[in-house]
Amino acid sequence: MAKYTYSYYPGCSSQKGASSSNLMKSVQTMCEELDVELKEIPDWNCCSASIGYASGSELPRITLSARNIALSEEHNPGETIVATCAACWLATREAAERLSHDPQLKAEADQALAEAGLKLKNETPIKHMAEVLVEDIGFENIQAGVKKPLEGIKIAGYVGCQTNRPFGIHGESFENPVYLDKMIEAVGAESVPTYEKKVQCCGGALAFSEPEKSQEMIKGIIEAAYDNGADMIATPCPLCQANVEIYQDQINERYNTKFNMPVVYYSQLISVAYGRSAEDAALDGQIIPAKQLEEIAKK
Amino acid sequence: MSDLNTRMIEKYRNDFLKEVEANVEEGEWVKMCMQCGVCSGSCPLGKHWAHPPQEIFMMIRAGKREEVLTSDSMWMCTSCYNCIVRCPRELPITHIMHGLATYSKKLGLVPKGQPTATFAEIFWNNMMKKGRVNELKLGLSLYFKDGFGQGIKNAMANQKLGMSMMKAKRMSPAEFFGGHGIKDVGGLQKMIKKAQELEEARMKKFD
Amino acid sequence: MSEEKKFAAYICTGCGIGDRLDAASLENVATREGRMNVVKQHEMLCSKEGVKMIQDDIDNDGVTHIVIAACSRRAKVDAFSFPESKVAVTRANLREGVIWARPDTDEARETTQEMAEDYIRMSCGEIKQMNPPKPSGQQERNPNILVVGGGVTGMTAALEAAAAGYTVHLVEKSGELGGHAAKLHKRVPFKAAPVGTPNSPDANLPMPEETGVPEMIQAVESNDNIKVYLNSRITKTSGAPGRFSVDISTESGDTVTENIGSIIQATGFTPWDPSVLSELHYSDSPDVITQLELEELANAAGDGPIKRPSDGKEVKAVVFVQDVGQNSDKEGELPYDSGVGDLVSIKQALYFKHHNGDCDTTIVYDNLRTPGAPGEDFYRSGQKNGVIFTKGDVKEVVPGDTLTVKMHDKILDEDAEIHADLVVLDVGMVPNSGPDPYAATESLEGMSDEEREAELEAQAEEAADETAVSVESILNLTYRQGTDLPQLKWGFTDSHFICFPYETRRTGIYAAGPVRRPMDIKQAMDDATGAAMKAIQEIELAAQGRANHPRTGDLSFPTFRREGCTQCKRCTVECPFGAIDEDEERYPQYNESRCRRCGTCMGACPVRVISFENYSVNTVGAQIKECLIPEEWDEKPRILVLACENDAYPALDQAAIAGQEISPWARVIPVRCLGSVSLSWVTDALNNGYDGIIMMGCKRGEDYQCHFVRGSTMANERMAKVGDTLESLNLEPERVVVHEVAITDIERAPALIKEMEETIEKVGLSPFKF
Repeated sequence: MAKYTYSYYPGCSSQKGASSSNLMKSVQTMCEELDVELKEIPDWNCCSASIGYASGSELPRITLSARNIALSEEHNPGETIVATCAACWLATREAAERLSHDPQLKAEADQALAEAGLKLKNETPIKHMAEVLVEDIGFENIQAGVKKPLEGIKIAGYVGCQTNRPFGIHGESFENPVYLDKMIEAVGAESVPTYEKKVQCCGGALAFSEPEKSQEMIKGIIEAAYDNGADMIATPCPLCQANVEIYQDQINERYNTKFNMPVVYYSQLISVAYGRSAEDAALDGQIIPAKQLEEIAKK
Repeated sequence: MSDLNTRMIEKYRNDFLKEVEANVEEGEWVKMCMQCGVCSGSCPLGKHWAHPPQEIFMMIRAGKREEVLTSDSMWMCTSCYNCIVRCPRELPITHIMHGLATYSKKLGLVPKGQPTATFAEIFWNNMMKKGRVNELKLGLSLYFKDGFGQGIKNAMANQKLGMSMMKAKRMSPAEFFGGHGIKDVGGLQKMIKKAQELEEARMKKFD
Repeated sequence: MSEEKKFAAYICTGCGIGDRLDAASLENVATREGRMNVVKQHEMLCSKEGVKMIQDDIDNDGVTHIVIAACSRRAKVDAFSFPESKVAVTRANLREGVIWARPDTDEARETTQEMAEDYIRMSCGEIKQMNPPKPSGQQERNPNILVVGGGVTGMTAALEAAAAGYTVHLVEKSGELGGHAAKLHKRVPFKAAPVGTPNSPDANLPMPEETGVPEMIQAVESNDNIKVYLNSRITKTSGAPGRFSVDISTESGDTVTENIGSIIQATGFTPWDPSVLSELHYSDSPDVITQLELEELANAAGDGPIKRPSDGKEVKAVVFVQDVGQNSDKEGELPYDSGVGDLVSIKQALYFKHHNGDCDTTIVYDNLRTPGAPGEDFYRSGQKNGVIFTKGDVKEVVPGDTLTVKMHDKILDEDAEIHADLVVLDVGMVPNSGPDPYAATESLEGMSDEEREAELEAQAEEAADETAVSVESILNLTYRQGTDLPQLKWGFTDSHFICFPYETRRTGIYAAGPVRRPMDIKQAMDDATGAAMKAIQEIELAAQGRANHPRTGDLSFPTFRREGCTQCKRCTVECPFGAIDEDEERYPQYNESRCRRCGTCMGACPVRVISFENYSVNTVGAQIKECLIPEEWDEKPRILVLACENDAYPALDQAAIAGQEISPWARVIPVRCLGSVSLSWVTDALNNGYDGIIMMGCKRGEDYQCHFVRGSTMANERMAKVGDTLESLNLEPERVVVHEVAITDIERAPALIKEMEETIEKVGLSPFKF
């Protein structure tokens, strides 16, 4: 039996062949190393993310998340739900809170859930994977298992928006959360505490609908990392990772820049530091290769 | 619906405020705004809002119904939640902006071709089909939202990106044929339909 | 007490004094040069044993005059006060003034020792000019308090004083108690929402509450310690704290005379009349009303809706216009904001939400101010209940069956119109002050001779104009300096705004409530309680012949040598507290209990006949004289620093504590106020060979920091004449400077001395070293 078990909500982008499949892969590797068992919620559905609101107004949207919580309570009873995607976590936690505060909304959600033959207790804690690492496992324990410290790599911790707001990690500031920097240091790399864009918005879903406006912000996020002498950016958020990594070519074209900044997940850092292969750490999922991590993984 | 959209409102009366309170998600908070402007200054896309949140709140209180509901502004929200955590009065500003956008869409008042509104609809429909988002189809629908010709152009422009994603196994052509989905699609769709009906029944008519 | 004087100096060697200084040599200076009868050292003078040593000398050895050479006079005050013994005490500041102000180096040793020895010499010189202070016995304990004004402020003050066992005479000019507050429908809530109340739109937030005024009137009327005089005014107030004689006259002309210990003036305010703003149509539209008028409508509404005056129609939409005629630089309007009008409008908007159901209520403000603990919660309460707040600038109210408020919306930056059945104006509070005793003289300050003449002419013309409305006196004081309390700004009755609220420039007379600054009921009640405490304190201090703020407890008071007086009246005119009258022979007449012991009269006197037992031209003069002036070839300048004991002197102490170096050439003498500085000290010091003189007083002017309000200003005016002295001595003008120093200037104060050191280097040593 694993030391820690959770009811796992991977989310759409973490599926095979999806945009953050590298997150899923590296999270799996990391969890193996940290003795964390993730029991996927059977038949989980999309949370409708932060863009679903326009068509899926309050009740339908909240009902979507309520279905996931109900499924978890049915199939993984007593287990805390853990999400790796910022939007999944936010939507689920927000739904749970609103349903517990608003009895009318809860009654209506119950009616809707009944249509799918489900029943919601709404008693399940909902955590982000970062909370598992910070609160349940702890920096000391993470550090204790490091086999190959990521020495000589300077990493800008980019927390982004939704992992940080409106809930965030308990005890952290919204303006300057430091847990990601601590995590970077726990695996032996150098953090960039002065990274001023660590909670700047990357445009989120508007990277698709308003590419110019979003890419202007992404440019700032990458520029600040260069200005602070970072070798790469690390983030906990799948949309942040994708937005900041994959549009660098387009930004270079638009702004005549020469960005080539790798953007990785914290789970990839831990996987490599724990001595796992580049493949296990899903480094092959990079559009911009993280060569320094590959080299350490090879050793 | 057209009556609703052109409803005349006496200025600086509570009429539109009451409508927002009844029909817009978290709308009952609007009256609590103290006009400090921290939200407007905290918004990453602030400069692109014709009326930043602070102004939207004032416009609601000034009874400027049509200008608010036909505004492009709330579609600029990236859901970064910066305004929420900074608001000294703790207004759920992000949700109110979402709510206003949703309400505007319900009334058919969204500016034509508003890209985020279009994308939001594509996203929702995509998701509702199988219970999970199909990223490939989502991308393609977005490229082709303005017709076939523009779609090819968009697709070509993003071709390099798509190829890199496929190479990194973060996009799969297999998704075009079927792809991921949940088992109980029927149950999910029935559930959402019910939720929509319940919510619709709750809407108050104001005319 | 025997008339025999016996002088003693006690040198403390604790706190490092003994390590840094040659105590034997100090003892030698005190004995031989200071000619002290007794000189003793102690390793910790402030300890029980040290103090006992001194007390034993007083009790058994007949010591009457004591020099404590130890720490600053601001430290160990209680240990070295000897309240039970009639002795004169002074302090030589060897710790903060010498060893902490100087570096502990070999080079500095000599000059540091010289500093210490000078301070011993100076204190020994000073003590010989001092006498143990004793009270004048001009008044006894008089436990009667006069409260002028029967509004909430006056009633609260009366109840508080009565509850503490004092007798109160409460005088109200109208026929009933309660003032404006008695006309209110409800009051702004007193308490904020409980801690932890969420920000949510359905939070439980404070609402308008019962005024409590009827209960207060009832409590006043049934209190045996309070005597109420309705339809009455004060027709004469003479005397001083502890012995005021007050004539209380009714409308019908009956007068009673009461003996009063201290006085509280709570005469309140009058709402500003908005008729002058013709664009608002207050005077010609019955549906444009003031906040106070709305209270009447709300009272008249009973359980039904509030109806408008013109046609009795139920009000369905009301607009509140905030800050009408306030914060204005226009003639005839108010330059200040009354602060409470926004809370009042929120309260009144909530009347409509309560009485008139769905009534639309809009508050048009520019800057919303909701002061006080419940202010923000009450604002939220208004918002929660659907009051619309809009930041705007009202341009016009168009009268009619439906009124139109034309305004510029400052958030949306556009012109807008709001339709309403009723418009309510938030007008400011105008204080009910008496005539300003200094209006004429203060208006002359800073004027050229020509301007002065023109102004005096204008004043004379105004006085001759019989049609002009003159402000009626409230207290009818028989003081030399006018009938009423001085004013500070905008007609509000004076109070020491930095340190001592309620404290006016007339000792024993306290201002409370909106007469001293705009405020609401809650603030006025707090104010009244504070003023009652002050009135009680003054009664008790006056009974003992002791001073009130800031030299609380001081027994010394000024007397003058009649035969030397030239009846120039400077002291009677310049006393900041109006303490000095003139007798039938036109000599100054001192009123001990009106006096704050600042010594401004002493500084004013051109013939130096005014003195305190323990502070006089001679006590400071001796210090100046006793300081050893080195020969010119020693190249050791001497800088005299006359430092205000309230701010500059402690700033220098603090500087030393913080490790700032003070020039070894400085010799600092504390003065009670720069206003007490006699020009003769400056002349004497220059003649004695001092190379530079620095006077450090407090900030003067409108935002003064002076504890005595006008002392610093007076000194500045007098010192303008120092130039003549310097010229007659053929000395450079930069040798004498006056600086404003705050208690926080711990870096600047030593730097100013350093600056003088540099000046002396430039202009050379004084040629007056003999």
